[in-house]
Amino acid sequence: MQQVPALKIDGITLSQSLAIIHYLEETRPNPKLLPQGPKKRAQVRMISDHIVSGIQPLQNLSILQRMGEKKMEWAQQCITSGFQALEQILQHTAGRYCVGDEVSMADLCLVPQVFNAERYKVDLSPYPTITRINKALLELEAFKASHPSRQPDTPAELRA
Amino acid sequence: MLNSMDSKPILYSYFRSSCSWRVRIALALKGIAYDQVPVNLLKDGGQQFSAEFKALNPMQQVPALKIDGITLSQSLAIIHYLEETRPNPKLLPQGPKKRAQVRMISDHIVSGIQPLQNLSILQRMGEKKMEWAQQCITSGFQALEQILQHTAGRYCVGDEVSMADLCLVPQVFNAERYKVDLSPYPTITRINKALLELEAFKASHPSRQPDTPAELRA
Repeated sequence: MQQVPALKIDGITLSQSLAIIHYLEETRPNPKLLPQGPKKRAQVRMISDHIVSGIQPLQNLSILQRMGEKKMEWAQQCITSGFQALEQILQHTAGRYCVGDEVSMADLCLVPQVFNAERYKVDLSPYPTITRINKALLELEAFKASHPSRQPDTPAELRA
Repeated sequence: MLNSMDSKPILYSYFRSSCSWRVRIALALKGIAYDQVPVNLLKDGGQQFSAEFKALNPMQQVPALKIDGITLSQSLAIIHYLEETRPNPKLLPQGPKKRAQVRMISDHIVSGIQPLQNLSILQRMGEKKMEWAQQCITSGFQALEQILQHTAGRYCVGDEVSMADLCLVPQVFNAERYKVDLSPYPTITRINKALLELEAFKASHPSRQPDTPAELRA
């Protein structure tokens, strides 16, 4: 598919982040990234899918390259529109994190999207729930260690 | 597990929305009776933007499914919920690797192709709408054809209908609508044809819905 991420694991190569995450969940089930009950699982997936289908693809690299000068404005529109809906949903589902008080797949999708929002200078003040949850997640070691500023290929000027 | 006194699920759908069609297929395959409320994405500035619909689904998109006392949106979240609560017949295979293949193909279509050519994006493309849709679909189908040559049996993954097939057929319909040349994609074409022979795919087809305009009706 000529995209990242791709994960080579257990003799296969997988792409599509949520397909990969579901595979990890099914083969290495602890700690859980999806809650137990079908309704809560549906909420986690709904939030995740909203971000990975409804926001991110519209502002990914190949689309922005096609937008040329209008790139920043386009990214802001896509993210703002998506975050308006997401803030509504989260007010209904969130506890400490996106769905209740346990970290789930939805949280894994939220943090990178907020990072993008900041990168494209989206005003986040209309989204207090998104902001609060993002801040709480960034205190967790897994979110810090995996941050773009700490990767082997992070350029020197962006390194934490 | 399910209370037989529960009222019927309600699906908010648009006849030609490929995301809605995926859910219609799932409901048909699992034999789940439901009521359909059409939401016209073009009329009145887009009925999905009404205050009434927004109260039901803040994402202001179809499909939305009211079921078991909750309202869900996002077609794959809905399909997973149906799979977990009404498990027969299965829409995901048993083993994690095959399930990953089904999800990979599904996600490629629902995140990598469809959103780039959905209504709100095409409206922003103006004159370049057809060309844009063709580019997105062609690019996505080139990759998909490669993947399917590796995973497909009679259907997308092996010989059983799965969530991947529910995503494929509506996307091929869109490809035909935007006049994408499908001759470079023989596996996609073969699988699509086989799926369209199944009753669930026929009954849920855009040409057969309560809100299908007369001129497009089967």
